[in-house]
Amino acid sequence: MSLITLTDLHKSYGPHEVLKGISLTIEAGEVIALIGKSGSGKSTLLRCINGLEPFQRGGIDITGLPVTTNPAELRALRQRVGMIFQQFNLFPHMTVGRNVMLAPMVVKKQSKAHAEATARQMLDRVGLAGRFDSYPGQMSGGQQQRVAIARALAMEPLALLCDEITSALDPELVNEVLAVMRDLARQGMTLVMVTHEMRFAREVCHRLVFMHQGRIHEVGPPAEIFTAPKTTELRQFIGLEPV
Amino acid sequence: MMAFSTWDIIRNLLLATRWTIALSLAAFIGGGLLGFLILVLRIIPSRAAGLAARAYIEIFQGTPLLMQLFLAFFAPALFGMNVPAWVAAFCALTAWSAAFLAEIWRGCVQAVPLGQWEAGASLGLSYAAQLRHIVLPQALRLAIAPTVGFMVQVVKGTALTSIIGFVELSKAGSIITNATFAPFTVYGCVALIYFALCWPISFGSRWLEGKLNVAHHAH
Amino acid sequence: MTYHFDFGAVLVYWPALLHGVLITLELTGFGAVLGVGLGIVCAYIRLGGPRPLRFIIGVYVEMIRNTPFLVQLFFIFFGLPALGLSLSAIAAAILATVINLGAYSTEIIRAGIEGTPAGQTEAGASLGLTKFESFRHIILKPALARIWPALSAQIIIVMLGTAICSQIAVQELTYAASFIQSRSFRAFEAYFVVTALYLALAILLRQTLRLGGKFLFPWERSR
Ligand SMILES: Nc1ncnc2c1ncn2[C@@H]1O[C@H](COP(=O)(O)OP(=O)(O)OP(=O)(O)O)[C@@H](O)[C@H]1O
Ligand SMILES: [Mg+2]
Repeated sequence: MSLITLTDLHKSYGPHEVLKGISLTIEAGEVIALIGKSGSGKSTLLRCINGLEPFQRGGIDITGLPVTTNPAELRALRQRVGMIFQQFNLFPHMTVGRNVMLAPMVVKKQSKAHAEATARQMLDRVGLAGRFDSYPGQMSGGQQQRVAIARALAMEPLALLCDEITSALDPELVNEVLAVMRDLARQGMTLVMVTHEMRFAREVCHRLVFMHQGRIHEVGPPAEIFTAPKTTELRQFIGLEPV
Repeated sequence: MMAFSTWDIIRNLLLATRWTIALSLAAFIGGGLLGFLILVLRIIPSRAAGLAARAYIEIFQGTPLLMQLFLAFFAPALFGMNVPAWVAAFCALTAWSAAFLAEIWRGCVQAVPLGQWEAGASLGLSYAAQLRHIVLPQALRLAIAPTVGFMVQVVKGTALTSIIGFVELSKAGSIITNATFAPFTVYGCVALIYFALCWPISFGSRWLEGKLNVAHHAH
Repeated sequence: MTYHFDFGAVLVYWPALLHGVLITLELTGFGAVLGVGLGIVCAYIRLGGPRPLRFIIGVYVEMIRNTPFLVQLFFIFFGLPALGLSLSAIAAAILATVINLGAYSTEIIRAGIEGTPAGQTEAGASLGLTKFESFRHIILKPALARIWPALSAQIIIVMLGTAICSQIAVQELTYAASFIQSRSFRAFEAYFVVTALYLALAILLRQTLRLGGKFLFPWERSR
């Protein structure tokens, strides 16, 4: 059974239809990049999968559970799917350790000792073992984004959704975050990410999904997408054809 | 003893409300004029003036209005003068309002970006001309809503003048209570009259704030 | 005619002054803690509670903010006994103070909560927190930190406002002044000394609240 199944997903903001029938299945352990022009609906798609945006038609199904608008069901679902944001969204008033411990303690009712042990382990995994007691405000953007990854990992999700997680970073900080993502991919984590880092997408992802005007235009392994694009839009997007 | 109907109570309270309104307006205008003077002292580039203005604001914002009223009432007696309650009330409320208005307006002046002063200076305008032609007009726009809002504080402040014996709405309430033994009704009516005076002002202030801010964001 | 100031005649009553300071601080302390607590609850309900409750809190906030504290106090102390609710002077004073600060802090805290960046709420949601858990762990503290200066200013205004409680014979600082002037016949000196004490209290309270803010919101220091 696949991990995430999207069937004919439609989403509008008022009269403006942003997702016009998206169908896609994602297997456990798959690493997928959503690519496409600005405004093509990539973020909206990720936010729908995480239940942050309601949708009008079609369905999303995660390990057999549908994404609904019922708060209790949504919470159960979000424990299986973590989300990492472009702007990190760390909690500024908590230390890094507390940021990571919060959801395991509050949502999963773990003991403090247990949550702390997990938090230390996850921070170690993203290369920030020594920063447990720092505040987010004392860290660089790259470090903050790695904390955000650790925070999501601490909930032991089945999949991570990542929306342009390196776009807010200074160029020299991008690689430290991508390195963490590469490790996660190698360890078999299911990743669905929106990214403009084409080299990274090519090297790490199993499949690329090219979105255009609210539809999935082409799907395929990186080699195919980059060397044999079928549609004009994709050829324009990857720069093989003038716009 | 004469019997009071609810209508008598309300009529007497409304008559006393005239004095609340008159005192509020007088103190607001007096406070505005004095406050502007203190604002100018506060922002001109003179250390002594700035210090004096800050001390003034600190003292009048850092002590109870009631104490200011008492002192205004008792101080003239030291010189053998007896001032009527309304004079003491007007003086104290004016001095008190001036401190708050000066501070509100200073915030508005500070909210005008430094670049505006600099642009004025680069055009060769004197300090006074920068203030007069560039900064104050912009600050004025920001100041309208909070200034109107402060009017509510002045109206409520006048209630304290009842304590030194000025007969306005609150004092009338106490007098009528003593005559009718109906404190619940009387103070309830007093509260409603204050509300009827203040709420439209509060509402207006918020409305102005929304309106001016929207216009502000638009360009 | 010259007047000879005699502050000594007032200062010999220092025990009354000290007692007054303590009662003023007691009123302020209860008022601040309970009033801000009330404000937090009301702000939470006003932003996300059921409609009727939101409306009731709106009426409460507007009623209190648009009537004088003096009238609120008199209504509670003189008026409520008509409904069978008689309170001692000090209890009425504390209740009035809490209700008054509660209304102001509702508005102040609400503004703080509304300043929460959307990303914070979304991060909480995506981690599976309920609305209330998000409020308690993620939203509240930064919101309080944002509006701490405004809240501190309001607490000081309330402290100065407790002077009015002397009118229902609560033995706070202003009451001490009246008491001393009736004994010493030195009205000006008595009120002058007490005014100075209020100023000192206001400055002290402001510094305490500033330090309290540093202690409560330590992450702000690292900025
Ligand atoms: N909250 C919203 N209300 C109304 N319209 C929205 C909202 N969020 C997004 N949109 C619209 O939906 C469309 C898709 O937006 P989305 O953010 O999903 O694009 P994207 O592919 O992530 O683009 P980018 O690469 O710029 O992040 C855009 O046209 C955008 O204007
Ligand atoms: Mg996007």
